[in-house]
Amino acid sequence: MDILHNLLLGFEVAVSPINLLYCLIGVLLGTLIGVLPGVGPLATIAMLLPVTFSLNPVAALIMLAGIYYGAQYGGSTTSILVNIPGEVSSVVTCLDGYQMARQGRAGPALAIAALGSFFAGCVATLIIATAAPPLAEVALKFGPAEYFSLMVFGLIAATVLAHGSLAKAIAMVIFGLLLGLVGTDVNSGVLRFTFDIPELADGIGFVAVAMGMFGIAEIIGNLEQKGAREVFVNKVTHLYPSRNDLKRSWKAVLRGTGIGSALGILPGGGAMLSSFASYMIEKKSSKHPEEFGKGAIEGVAGPESANNAGAQTSFIPMLTLGIPSNPVMALMIGALMIQGIAPGPQIMTEKPDLFWGLIASMWVGNLMLVVLNLPLVGIWVKVLRVPYRFLFPTILVFMCIGAYSLSNNAFDCLTMALFGLLGYVCVKLECEPAPMILGFILGPLMEENLRRAMLLSRGDATVFFTKPISAGFMIAAIALLVTIALPNIRKKRAQAFAEDG
Amino acid sequence: MRIKSPKDFWAGLMFIGFGLFFAVWAATFYRLGTSLRMGPAYFPTVLGALLAAIGLAILLGSLAVKGEKIASFHFRPLLLVLGGCVAYGYLMGPAGLIAATSALVLISAMGGHEFNWREVAILAVAMIVFSVLVFVKGLSLPFPLWPAMVQ
Repeated sequence: MDILHNLLLGFEVAVSPINLLYCLIGVLLGTLIGVLPGVGPLATIAMLLPVTFSLNPVAALIMLAGIYYGAQYGGSTTSILVNIPGEVSSVVTCLDGYQMARQGRAGPALAIAALGSFFAGCVATLIIATAAPPLAEVALKFGPAEYFSLMVFGLIAATVLAHGSLAKAIAMVIFGLLLGLVGTDVNSGVLRFTFDIPELADGIGFVAVAMGMFGIAEIIGNLEQKGAREVFVNKVTHLYPSRNDLKRSWKAVLRGTGIGSALGILPGGGAMLSSFASYMIEKKSSKHPEEFGKGAIEGVAGPESANNAGAQTSFIPMLTLGIPSNPVMALMIGALMIQGIAPGPQIMTEKPDLFWGLIASMWVGNLMLVVLNLPLVGIWVKVLRVPYRFLFPTILVFMCIGAYSLSNNAFDCLTMALFGLLGYVCVKLECEPAPMILGFILGPLMEENLRRAMLLSRGDATVFFTKPISAGFMIAAIALLVTIALPNIRKKRAQAFAEDG
Repeated sequence: MRIKSPKDFWAGLMFIGFGLFFAVWAATFYRLGTSLRMGPAYFPTVLGALLAAIGLAILLGSLAVKGEKIASFHFRPLLLVLGGCVAYGYLMGPAGLIAATSALVLISAMGGHEFNWREVAILAVAMIVFSVLVFVKGLSLPFPLWPAMVQ
């Protein structure tokens, strides 16, 4: 039983008191920041990333994973109580969760979200433990041509599944790739696009870019909206769902877990797609579809399980291939690289403690969420009621400390501000910033693999189509692009995304 | 010729600008190389050209298909929030954490809807205490507290 042995190793790492502590801090901090309205997991992770710099890689990754689940759970809490989704994946939770809260059933909604997420987390952890090793073995056989094609496929898939205009999403990916190239070229040692600014020699700071594009731009966007938010709930009473609630939910939880686990592995999939798909399936398969949107508990249970399962299985491509399937995973890869670890299939064999420790800590983190968050829900409600005029300067102080601490100079604060401006402009022009972050992370990797592939093939570009695995990725990428460009499917895609309002 | 979709028009223009910049700059200052041995300019030139081409397509599309107007820019929160961050960065070295944090809280708070001197002062003090306890004492980040000449 290899898996059992490996999981044991993982639990040994994850349950060591110090890592348990970091996991706990991560979950708590993640929930605390994630609860804040309008702050999604992405901004939360970017903001808290610098806190992990002083830790060793294992502890840092465990804490970041904790922050991620915490932020997601915090986002669900906000969706249910205030009807403000922190990110796209919580939009569907707002639909029925908020209605339940209005009917005085916020408690059961929160509880079923937590329990469903926990169940989904357990299943997804097992899936990662079984699926990751064979996948990593396959990935170890990949050459540069395969890697390049895989990245092309991943980026195309991510743009197709992003919402909004396809052309703009692809343009943002390419823009991100270009920004990723700023700095010293590894092959020739030439400084590219640095304009003699010494701070740019190592490239544009990834954390500063992420905080600017997602954090700062978000704050400015919130500040231009007038009027106060309405916090609906004064007190969350009777937390535990009734027998009837459980009876109605368990199938939704099962289905949501299945959908989420499968979709999470897809590039660009992850949490968002999973929760949408789950909501639609629950509504279609329900005996009372008319209750959806009016406080049907299945509409909370399904999507919440799905988005947690998806959030977790999206670690699979990140850990085995070194390819981020969504921006959150791009941040995780960024964090790994800052720790001096090259993401990819070799992690599992070279750093088994990190790999299995992280997987075991996923389960531990999910358990902590259930155990902590249900009793602590009163505190989160209080956090929700802090007026925004106190919140945003506080968030800014966090981000500025984080940016400044990256290299102890003002340049990263400036970078963060500039990318905040860019992020704000992009929102105004309806250009999604998420694909840009993926491109930004993959830029140097893609160039390196392209170079090597071309060198090995003696300058013959057809190599991407003559090697079978590489050809498979390329054909899949082209097929995706073509189908999405067909008018009929484009209309359906627009409709599917229109439902997120 | 009329712009039917302003959002796409300006987005297209932005992509053309960035694409051309990267392509031209790379091709001018770095070695292009061949597809067998790519120089530092190869990948950025190709990508930049591709970005400009997609930008052009988006721009041409904006002249044909109708789209929404661009929501108006709010310069006050924009400038004050960005200004606060920049001020924080450039004050930290010479003036220390206390001055930098005060400046950030004060400047950014002016970008909000309500501004109350007492509240902002209390918030600034709270943030300074918090930063010192958690980041300077707790995580031992090497931030100066006071201006260099006082110390």
